[in-house]
Amino acid sequence: MAEPQPDFLHKILQRIDLKTGKDAVQARQVVARELKARGVSALRVTRFATAVSEIARNVIVHGGGGHFTVGLNAATSYLDVECRDRGRGIPDIDQAMKDGFTTAGGLGRGLGGAKRLSDRFEIETVPGQGTTVRMSAKI
Amino acid sequence: MPQTGTATILKIFEADFGGIVEEWRGTQVEEGVRRSDLFTDSESRAQNIELLKAFLTGIRSGVHEQDFSFEDTAWEDLRAVLADLTKERVSRGVTPSEMANFVLALKTPLFSRLATELAGDTDRLIAEIRLVTRLIDAFAIYTNEVFIAEREQIIERQREEMMELSTPVVELWDRVLTLPLIGTLDSARSQEVMENLLETILQRQAEVVIVDITGVSTVDTQVAQHLLRAAAAVRLMGAECIISGISPMIAQTMVQLGIDVGTVSTRSSIRTALADALRKVGYVIEKRDAH
Repeated sequence: MAEPQPDFLHKILQRIDLKTGKDAVQARQVVARELKARGVSALRVTRFATAVSEIARNVIVHGGGGHFTVGLNAATSYLDVECRDRGRGIPDIDQAMKDGFTTAGGLGRGLGGAKRLSDRFEIETVPGQGTTVRMSAKI
Repeated sequence: MPQTGTATILKIFEADFGGIVEEWRGTQVEEGVRRSDLFTDSESRAQNIELLKAFLTGIRSGVHEQDFSFEDTAWEDLRAVLADLTKERVSRGVTPSEMANFVLALKTPLFSRLATELAGDTDRLIAEIRLVTRLIDAFAIYTNEVFIAEREQIIERQREEMMELSTPVVELWDRVLTLPLIGTLDSARSQEVMENLLETILQRQAEVVIVDITGVSTVDTQVAQHLLRAAAAVRLMGAECIISGISPMIAQTMVQLGIDVGTVSTRSSIRTALADALRKVGYVIEKRDAH
């Protein structure tokens, strides 16, 4: 997997522990607020907030909880989000990114959908150790 | 280095517990951290004594070679007293800094007694003061943590209350129901909403149900799944489900997510959904000629 961008999460704005669905809601609300405050269009706010909601929920449902960090990257004008868990990891990442694949009875669109809704998206997973998703929206 | 233990400080406490309490209370008044508007004098004295006794119990058995952790069982009493006290004070509007200063005010009476006790032995005095400072600082920090945790609980409770806004099923017209959804739709809430909805369909013999999501800001795959399941359940009961209030933003996001609404009818506004619903149950909305 590629190394994260060196300037990723350059200036951290907030961290949230992801434990329950409510934390995922808070995470996406923070993201929506930060984007709105920077004049990002309503459509793009909705898109990225939805992507964050998907990933944060994955952390809770599949990863057994984890951490959410949102930060700014002034140099490249991206709002960066990192969601990290210490769960089982994803054995086959290509399969998981495919629409329709689900292990928890969901719609199976979350991961691929989140990627399509983000301007930058990368996922790093180590089976048995956890998964980290880094995603960004252009400001 | 002179030997420092808790012996000196314990001796000081035992010699003049009452005096220390009074002086501590005095310092609290001087530093303006005892709020006479919030506590009666006797209440405050009883609390101070209780807290100081618990602190003392901790020092007696919870300090090992100058190391201590408030998580140890030796500090159980202090944690319990502090939890009670904090809960009460938070509800009375005391601020975190007032709480911390209240504890820190304990330094004054202890330092002055240490100075008298160890007059002439500067090295030991400094060592003792260092230990007492660490203890009281940790005590104050711990107090603050308890305080913040208590506040967070209040915030959490409020958050829950807000999320659990009741979701009424409204009868718009004969056999037409609407369910205006607001906020987020998590699994627990969606279960509650669905039960309520299906029950009302039966009671009202409804034929059309409009689920309005104008007030739902984010439709991710989980929310979509709950909505589609609700629609499927409504259909099983012989009624038709229309999902209304899908904004252009949500529509585009849903497409990107790859969510297929299948045969569920969707409308952009509750207005068009209502017109549709009335038509289905055999009503026509007509404008009367203007006079």
